[in-house]
Amino acid sequence: MTTETLGQWLMSEAPLSRRQAILGNVYRSLRAIVRNPTALAGLVIVALLILMAIFAPWLSLGQSPLDQDLAGRLAAPSAQHWFGTDELGRDIMARTIFGARVTLTIVLLVAVVVVPIGLAVGTVAGYTGGWLDAALMRITDVFLAFPRLVLALAFAAALGPGINNAVIAISLTAWPPYARIARSETLAIARSDFIQAAVLQGASTWRILFRHIVPLCLSSVIVRLTLDMAGIILTAAGLGFLGLGAQPPTAEWGAMVSSGRDVILDQWWVATIPGVAIFVVSLGFNLLGDGLRDVFDPKSNA
Amino acid sequence: MIAVDHLNVTFRSGDREVRAVQDVSFEVAAGESFGIVGESGSGKSTVLRAIAGLVPSTAARLEVNGRPASARRTREDRRMLQFVFQDPYASLHPRQTVDDILREPLAIHRIPGIDGKVVKAIADVGLLPAHRFRYPHQLSGGQRQRVAIARALILSPPILLLDEPTSALDVSVQAEILNLIGKLRQGYSLTSILVSHDLAVVAHLCSRIAIMQFGRLVEVITAEDLRTGQVTADYTRELIAASRGFTRAGA
Amino acid sequence: MSEPLLIVEDLNVTFPGRSGVTRAVRNASFTLGRERLGIVGESGSGKSTTGRALLGLVPPPGIVTARTMTYEGKNLLTNTERDWQALRGRRLSMVMQDPKFSLNPVRTVGQQIGETARLHLRTSRADARKRTLAMLEAVQIRDPELVFGLYPHQLSGGMGQRVMIAMMLIAEPDLLIADEPTSALDVTVQNEVLRILDDLVRERGMGLIFISHNLTVVSSFCDRVLIMYGGRIVEECAARDLHNARHPYTRALVAATPSLDVPRAELATVTRDPAWLQ
Repeated sequence: MTTETLGQWLMSEAPLSRRQAILGNVYRSLRAIVRNPTALAGLVIVALLILMAIFAPWLSLGQSPLDQDLAGRLAAPSAQHWFGTDELGRDIMARTIFGARVTLTIVLLVAVVVVPIGLAVGTVAGYTGGWLDAALMRITDVFLAFPRLVLALAFAAALGPGINNAVIAISLTAWPPYARIARSETLAIARSDFIQAAVLQGASTWRILFRHIVPLCLSSVIVRLTLDMAGIILTAAGLGFLGLGAQPPTAEWGAMVSSGRDVILDQWWVATIPGVAIFVVSLGFNLLGDGLRDVFDPKSNA
Repeated sequence: MIAVDHLNVTFRSGDREVRAVQDVSFEVAAGESFGIVGESGSGKSTVLRAIAGLVPSTAARLEVNGRPASARRTREDRRMLQFVFQDPYASLHPRQTVDDILREPLAIHRIPGIDGKVVKAIADVGLLPAHRFRYPHQLSGGQRQRVAIARALILSPPILLLDEPTSALDVSVQAEILNLIGKLRQGYSLTSILVSHDLAVVAHLCSRIAIMQFGRLVEVITAEDLRTGQVTADYTRELIAASRGFTRAGA
Repeated sequence: MSEPLLIVEDLNVTFPGRSGVTRAVRNASFTLGRERLGIVGESGSGKSTTGRALLGLVPPPGIVTARTMTYEGKNLLTNTERDWQALRGRRLSMVMQDPKFSLNPVRTVGQQIGETARLHLRTSRADARKRTLAMLEAVQIRDPELVFGLYPHQLSGGMGQRVMIAMMLIAEPDLLIADEPTSALDVTVQNEVLRILDDLVRERGMGLIFISHNLTVVSSFCDRVLIMYGGRIVEECAARDLHNARHPYTRALVAATPSLDVPRAELATVTRDPAWLQ
């Protein structure tokens, strides 16, 4: 038995099993991400967001995001309330930390809806061509033509307030770019020899799309998704700000900013703290997306 | 085994029409090694792709494995005929290991004993077991071409089409791959058509050779005739002379 | 043949990288007079890098060192970029493999060749035009006026290479380095282009370095041949003596090349001896 360190085993250029090959690949990608400073910064911020959401009850030091204290409303930051209290006396720190859960939920649900739809539409359009391609792309164009926030608002208003409806509304406006990306990646590889080889082996169109084409679209889609997250968070916050999306008393950053509007000059912390949270998380996703784009770009990997 | 009669392939883009293959006819007997030689624009690769059903064509007769070949090939049809492409860097999926690539045809046709067959295919083409789980970017050009050949042969098709299989390879690697193809032809009892621009390569591996120019078939000769220069068409003579290298003025 | 045009002794080109140093060219030594020297090798042998080192075109982070590297008595190792610019095109020139990639797609043939002429010969526009047309005729382009106004994408492969040769010879260099000049061409067109090179090199008494992986072409076109393997020159001989080569790699390469004249059941393969890399 050779004494090979785990690192060497993963980085081996001659993997001896499928497991080693796949793990090796994953390890290499992670290393590349960690080596890129922008990606690393973004990754740290996003990781903190996730940890914050998971460990919310502990991190908020026992303060509840929902307990009202009307006598202590709009209190300035103090030892008892690190970020002060809002207009109903609720601890802003606790609400901000719990708000991460709402933000993360919306972002994950949108991702889970948007990526499969975009990939399906884009790869089918790119591979099949002809009238199906034209039809799918025109539908995509229709959705792309609307300004995202306005369309989301319209859907949310029509569907009614609530997180689930907010997710649906945002997803309906967010999917078109993914279809476009998937389609252009598909067009680039549809005529290549390895796809023709699969056709020659008798692979069905479904198999070719799912096993051959989609894996090659994934890196572009992931980069786009990460960069989009910031926009999705802002749209969700915008919906919350306008009273659609998460409903009171749930802590949601956008709604918190909205409720702090009136008192922004005297009790700045009510609107600013959740605002900073939105800013930092958007920044984190942007940095991660930028970093991932550098990592996945084949030309920059000299 | 393969019969082509008045084959035509025309590519249209907008109102421009390119007649890539014009009125080509030839036959390949079972077990025969047939070659097609031509320069760029001769249509040699297009003929191969038409036989494989990769490009649309019209013909008075197009028979593969003794049966007429339709425009839409079924999965069963695909088992009869396999293809090796020119560019080893483009013919393998970049995100699949050698193992994945070789399993696929077996999985598509629901053939049992996948593991055993993959191991045998890897050995048959001269690769090592250590290569089994590598990705294409971890293999050299020659090794990739071996994988492409293994993939083509893993279904044991009776017919193998090769489109310039060694043009992108170094001379020493080319020799190994040509030897491999020669050996496998025997071992798998293949009927093969090899396309190349290199007359010497085709003469080395094939018994009968078709010469093409500008989409038309110039003539079909045996490898012997090629070597001795007993050819009827002037173009063939030109090609043979050019393949021998450069003759200096006054030499 | 008088003193050599080019003297190279112990040329080394190394590329430092993350996983160590790659030695692309190791201790290469040769001379070139007004003759044709072929450099043959497979991919990774260092032949193209050698050609580029002679023109100062090795991209960073490549490092070029040598005991001697002189051209017509001038030491090339101490050249600044300005010195190189004065030499390239005018005294030394390079023709590369694919005219698609070496000609500017948005300028006409006439503009590009004319620019080279004006840059190096410092003539007027009218004179440059005259020289360009003369050069196009010299490379046997039948209608020079027409081709003068064409764009590169309108040229066939063979014509593109001829334009490339015209562009590289218009400033009348004494040494031409041709890196796989005919590899992208059909075999019949190949010989036409080689004939043109043959005539021009002979008429002008130029030195020519012909870099290729194609042993057949090099041995029939050149006077002397260098065989490179793993960055080293493993053999140097007259082109007509290649079949009596001494180094096992050269013999193996010759045996591995399929030939119309020598039918073989199996081609000899090259068993790489690690000793060749020492």
